[in-house]
Amino acid sequence: MEFETVIGLEVHAQLLTDTKIFCNCSTKFGGTPNSHACPVCLGMPGVLPVLNKKVVEYGMKMSLATNCTINKSCSFARKNYFYPDLPKGYQISQYAYPLSEHGYVFLEVDGAQKKIGITRIHMEEDAGKLLHDEHNPVSYVDLNRAGVPLIEIVSEPDMRTPTEAADYLKRLHEILVYLEICDGNMEEGSFRCDANVSIRPKGQEEFGTRAELKNMNSFRNVQRALEYEVKRQQYIVENGGKIVQETRLWDDAQGVTNSMRSKEEAHDYRYFPDPDLVPIIVDDAWIEVMRKELPELPMAKRERFVKDYQIPAYDAGVLTADKALSNYYEEVVRLCASPKAASNWVMGDVLRFLNEERRDIRNCPVTAASLAEMIRLIEDGTISGKMAKDIVEEMYKTGSAPKTIIAEKGMVQITDEGALLKTISAIIDANPNQLQDYRGGKDKLFGFFVGQVMKATQGKANPQIVNELLKKMLAG
Amino acid sequence: MELNQLTIHELQEKIKNGQTSATQIVESVFSRIGVVEERVHSYIRLMKDQALSAAKKADEDIKIGAIKPLTGIPLALKDIVCTKGIPTTCGSHILHNFVPPYDATVVEKLRDAGAVFVGKANMDEFAMGSSTETSWFGVTRNPWDLERIPGGSSGGSATAVAADECIASIGSDTGGSIRQPAALCGVVGLKPTYGRVSRFGLIAFASSLDQIGPFTKDVEDCAIMMNVLAGYDPRESTSVQAEVPDYRQFVGKDITGWKIGIPKEYFIEGIDPEVAASVKKAIAVIEKCGGQCVDISLPHTEYCLAVYYIIAPAEASSNLARYDGVKYGLRTSEARDLLDMYKKTRTQGFGNEVKRRIMIGTYALSSGYYDAYYKKASQVRALIKQDFAEAFKKCDVILTPTTPTPAFKIGEKMDNPLQMYLSDLFTISSNLAGIPGISVPCGFTAAGLPVGVQFLAGHFEEGKLIQIASAYEKNANLAKRRPQL
Ligand SMILES: [Zn+2]
Repeated sequence: MEFETVIGLEVHAQLLTDTKIFCNCSTKFGGTPNSHACPVCLGMPGVLPVLNKKVVEYGMKMSLATNCTINKSCSFARKNYFYPDLPKGYQISQYAYPLSEHGYVFLEVDGAQKKIGITRIHMEEDAGKLLHDEHNPVSYVDLNRAGVPLIEIVSEPDMRTPTEAADYLKRLHEILVYLEICDGNMEEGSFRCDANVSIRPKGQEEFGTRAELKNMNSFRNVQRALEYEVKRQQYIVENGGKIVQETRLWDDAQGVTNSMRSKEEAHDYRYFPDPDLVPIIVDDAWIEVMRKELPELPMAKRERFVKDYQIPAYDAGVLTADKALSNYYEEVVRLCASPKAASNWVMGDVLRFLNEERRDIRNCPVTAASLAEMIRLIEDGTISGKMAKDIVEEMYKTGSAPKTIIAEKGMVQITDEGALLKTISAIIDANPNQLQDYRGGKDKLFGFFVGQVMKATQGKANPQIVNELLKKMLAG
Repeated sequence: MELNQLTIHELQEKIKNGQTSATQIVESVFSRIGVVEERVHSYIRLMKDQALSAAKKADEDIKIGAIKPLTGIPLALKDIVCTKGIPTTCGSHILHNFVPPYDATVVEKLRDAGAVFVGKANMDEFAMGSSTETSWFGVTRNPWDLERIPGGSSGGSATAVAADECIASIGSDTGGSIRQPAALCGVVGLKPTYGRVSRFGLIAFASSLDQIGPFTKDVEDCAIMMNVLAGYDPRESTSVQAEVPDYRQFVGKDITGWKIGIPKEYFIEGIDPEVAASVKKAIAVIEKCGGQCVDISLPHTEYCLAVYYIIAPAEASSNLARYDGVKYGLRTSEARDLLDMYKKTRTQGFGNEVKRRIMIGTYALSSGYYDAYYKKASQVRALIKQDFAEAFKKCDVILTPTTPTPAFKIGEKMDNPLQMYLSDLFTISSNLAGIPGISVPCGFTAAGLPVGVQFLAGHFEEGKLIQIASAYEKNANLAKRRPQL
């Protein structure tokens, strides 16, 4: 039987506000346990939440960037459950009246644009963290993270392959980072994802029973976990079994998902409107202010790069995947006026060096100005492309400017025709047989002469000039 | 008269005239406490040392003429308002050792106004009760008859004023918890409009209904207290930015031409005949003052109790989830694992009434029942609110009995929660509607038990309540009585 996979994602993004969602504590990651805490986020008796307006504004930006309709009025609800990292015994979230709904983003699937629906975006507070003592049966609670603002972005079950799911996730990630409302750090948990996945026989309308996957803290793991889960479900169905609705945890080391709790064990969260908070009224004027604050988004930037810089869509995609990288690229272009060369050098050498060291473009030792200067030196013939390869590597290692390196290593290209003529004459004189064969029609020997010239000049000869002079002289 | 028997405004006169000092006043209060507290049990905790040093500071202020609205006035605080560095228990075992690192907004305001805190008053556990019998710290007795309950949940705050163990006090009212004990103890009690007085630092029972208010010996004192308590608080999202008038200006003002709504649903069979008689007399007094009685109807009154006993427990079940033994308060010493810790801590820490309400509330919010209970109750609540909005088109204030009966015997209704819930029959509706209400003494039964009359007004019209209550108080000519202790 042929199966179709159905995937929906719930993404939690920690917002980059300075303070928590309902109190004035810092949102900084790390810090001594419970140092970023106050009576409000510790859930002490009698204290009350006051909403941080920035959270709403960041949520509105994400809503606009993903084509969601922002509700004129939304409100908070309490999600009730007991856990030591949840100081109030409930999480303040949104339920019946979320911030925004009915959005979408586009993915490129098999060369075509595919629309992935976004059901809703809502605001909520994060929980704290438990630290388990390795040697004693004791757990500690760190509430620094409790009350840090999150938005949850819930997709429609529109994805059909683990790759689409990973692509969708990357799309949301880049939008959040472009908006500068989330740092996107998956390892530290500021960008998290749960997946609902089910399979159904191809052609069937109704959905199969779904499993909810948790604990996937990288794009790669999301894809791996989904691939595993799809196989697991297919195996069960093909062997006459039934999928049970449950929550499963991804085990990165084993590469498998394991059951965490069944539907029967699922919490009844007893959502109800939080009486301590009032509805949030969003008018058109406020939405317009937020819309005006939106930066250029990745999709638009991609299109602009293709159009303005005449670079391939693929290159534009790579260069805009990271906002800082796209800024770097544009700075290089601005300084050297050669978009295609800039794109080749950034995507080729610079990114390769960075990736090898898992380094961020923000910490790249080759500044945009240096790279632009190097490109200009190639173009005015001071150095050859081949020399530039060595120079850029040296630039990356030392952070020096290209001219400094060129001077230190004496890497200037020989463009002096008189000097080159002398070298070429000597080589022709030393190889009479080859000259004769060449003149007799063996065109391929041209390469032999070029090689000899380069060897004699230690690669410093300007190849274009060598070509021209050689052609003339060999012709006799 | 002893100093502790006087009102705020009488003491202020004496202070201004140099006839007494804050220290003398607080000493007279503590000497009274020394005599009667053992029998009445108004307090969970006394704060004598803090009170004496606050009085000393007040005397220094008085010396330099820096007299504030409550300078040197000894007050009792219901043990539901958080006091920095002083245990705040909410009448519960689960918080018996909880010391807040912050003051409630009202505590800050009262202290800034020069008040001296005498102690933390006893209350029903988490304000759940109408008799102050559910406190983990023991029952409070009605000073007018020590065999009887003082009302609740702010029973200790009411008795402390009635027995002259303080000059005025702070209570909280979720379904009548200020007005009902005020009526049963013969003092004035006001529940302000929802959003008028900050809830920050008030340990939550039912967040959409809770409101802090004063107990006082007369209406003028009530106005003085409201001048200090009322106002917007940026620390509370449901606090309202409405102008705060000088409430004292309403004291002694004429009510001629006012229309007084008499809701037929509040004068029903089952009201104690002596209570009914006292309230009838109060109506006559109001008419003599120039008030004009009009018959009105609040058609959804019969649903108030049901709506309240869904919404309040639902909110409570969530509000009380934080008492889990993890962070503060009681933690059982015999837990095997996390779940066991939760269960045992809460089993040992909460009393029966609290457990009952947590269970009712959890049930009402459960998946599959939410629509039938919580959602339906919220819809009916909107209709109850609408009833009042309609009624106030026809009248300025509404007059009702505060309670259906005078104080009942200790233990009488402990085994019958439904009977107990009925004692809040006339006070609950104003919490559901968010409107203010005041209870003023209106006489005594033959057995010498106080009876109260309640006035209700529209949102933020506490001024009207003070005006009519003061007019009534002045013209009722009630015999001045004090409980014989
Ligand atoms: Zn905090």
